[in-house]
Amino acid sequence: MTGQRRLRIMVAKPGLDGHDRGARIVARAFRDAGFEVIYSGLHQTPEQVVAGAIQEDVDLLGLSSLAGAHLYLFSRIIEILTDKGAGDIAVIGGGIFPQDDVPRLKGMGVREIFGPGSKLENIVEWVSANIKPRE
Amino acid sequence: MANLFVKEELEKARKLQSEWEDDLNETFQRNPERLSRFSTVSDKEIQRIYTPGDIPDFSYNDELGFPGHYPYTRGVQPSMYRGRLWTMRMFAGLGSAEETNRRFKYLVKQGQTGLSTAFDMPTLMGYDSDSPRSRGEIGRCGVAIDSLLDMEILFDGLPIDQLTTSMTINPPASVLWAMYLAMAENRGIPREVLGGTIQNDMLKEFIAQKTFMCPPLESVRLIIDTVEFGVKETPRWNTISISGYHIREAGSTAVQELAFTLADGVGYTQAAIERGMDVDDFAPRFSFFFNSHIDFFEEIAKFRAARRLWARIMKERFKAKNPRSWWLRFHTQTAGCSLTAQQPYNNVVRTALQALAAVLGGTQSLHTNSLDEVLAIPTEEAATIALRTQQIIAEESGVANSIDPLGGSYMVEKLTREMEEEAMEYIKKIDDMGGIIAAIERNYPQMEIADAAYQYQKQIDRGEKVVVGVNKYDEEEDIPVEIWRLDPQLEEKQLQRTDRVKNSRNNRKTERALKKLEDDCAEGKNVMNSLIAAVKEYATLQEVCDVYRKVFGEYRDPGLF
Repeated sequence: MTGQRRLRIMVAKPGLDGHDRGARIVARAFRDAGFEVIYSGLHQTPEQVVAGAIQEDVDLLGLSSLAGAHLYLFSRIIEILTDKGAGDIAVIGGGIFPQDDVPRLKGMGVREIFGPGSKLENIVEWVSANIKPRE
Repeated sequence: MANLFVKEELEKARKLQSEWEDDLNETFQRNPERLSRFSTVSDKEIQRIYTPGDIPDFSYNDELGFPGHYPYTRGVQPSMYRGRLWTMRMFAGLGSAEETNRRFKYLVKQGQTGLSTAFDMPTLMGYDSDSPRSRGEIGRCGVAIDSLLDMEILFDGLPIDQLTTSMTINPPASVLWAMYLAMAENRGIPREVLGGTIQNDMLKEFIAQKTFMCPPLESVRLIIDTVEFGVKETPRWNTISISGYHIREAGSTAVQELAFTLADGVGYTQAAIERGMDVDDFAPRFSFFFNSHIDFFEEIAKFRAARRLWARIMKERFKAKNPRSWWLRFHTQTAGCSLTAQQPYNNVVRTALQALAAVLGGTQSLHTNSLDEVLAIPTEEAATIALRTQQIIAEESGVANSIDPLGGSYMVEKLTREMEEEAMEYIKKIDDMGGIIAAIERNYPQMEIADAAYQYQKQIDRGEKVVVGVNKYDEEEDIPVEIWRLDPQLEEKQLQRTDRVKNSRNNRKTERALKKLEDDCAEGKNVMNSLIAAVKEYATLQEVCDVYRKVFGEYRDPGLF
């Protein structure tokens, strides 16, 4: 891809959920695939996630949730992103989501959800195919 | 060392094995072995066959002995399941204290023999339901407990003087325990009869489970306060459950799970000794908690190696004299991380095999995961199947008829030895770093686990490790499963309840009690008495934890991957 800078991705753990095995593995896979990766660390409030994503000027924000608080947390994050004029940062989710919640999350603006059993190369492929660097 | 095997037999077997290998290798020239590599889920290579030649110097009496006797390889209690089955203790917690109380009673009615409490994320992290950080999280992955009132409701109508209670709680373990003790006292139950466990193992939090509050040294100080209190006041209570379960769930190998758990045990032992306690005072009430993962023989070897290794550490390294100090008693949970969202009914089978391994490994207590564990909090139906799994193993399969029935298997004894040796190497490495806290500060166990987890994921993605229903036999259509849903009113109800608690207590007394607690924290006194006094005045969980945070500081995830 000539002329395009490397994609910048933040992998974030919003809320109190401490299950970070998947998020850190995906972060490594993104790094190995040649993306620039920032990992937020645990226990980030929605405000902190957005502030970090904006500060790091990321193209994509990957949110990890395994403790069931995704509907509130993801919607709040998207709300704040929009408020701060960063609504063009794409958002994807990974972790545990009841099937019924997936269309609801997509309806909020989450571009894709990667549940348990997702292959790393599929996640990377999807990102390469669907996310472009922001202006 | 006396040897079980006769020299001539060993030599003959060696010869025969050599011939057998030659024949096999010829066959494999034409039709290769089924896999290019035969390995456990931890990627440990497994031999085609195990023979006496793999343990030629095996001594029954030194390496195994008898149950209830050093080195306890065959079991810690002399009678094991002949005297009493393992405790069937199903981890449960959902929504409100009322809903969880109902689930507890349901499970007891279905035959479980011990209670086990799962708390929600705010409670686990020391926040009240009305904290902005709790929004959207209340009651989702366990029960919401904000004050003594919730604790009273949670155990209402349950015979806690006859049943033991386990509480999976870490940074605020001292607080939840104080609430439990206060609740029991208010019910007229003497402390001395109370039996149970608080997980209360912060070292593995920094390593794996990641519920944080205060930094490592301060966290250990609070833990030793509970140990010290327990030694004097609650002889039947296990004040720490030194855990490997979460280490394994985070992606470690079986050896790492064993090694880091025992290294944590060494750390707590050292800290308690530094406090001035005698090892024989506290060690008998250290308990452990392991994972039971999907590779059957690796897990059984792990449990047996754990007993032998801990016994040696306590006797030889810490010079404990009381045999009970040498006992590694453990609870087991089948591996959540091995279960799949795809084809969830397969999980019943996985859990059954893992439960069987735990029983053959001699566990004292067992939780079996439900088929819907990956999807949500277990439904009643799913939890019942999981409990029945234990009951069928106990009553129908015959494996509990005889103690350590796999003892003497060439494979199991060889794997047990290897597990012990490899775990010792890790423990030695950690000792050389200056102990487990130093190792944690260097991110050593955390990165070992992250590397193992990444490796394993890549093996799955390449199809080198099979997960049925995920990367093999993965038909498109999935049978839908009903999942548990949180009462949408719960959050509001809980906020109102906590509000009422704060408004109906004697706030002056509460504030005074919190101040006393703060003083004890700052002056390095044992916090338990002032803690119990504070929770009796209905100080909330967060009010107490905010005192801890204020005096001891807060720990932040370093955010490494």
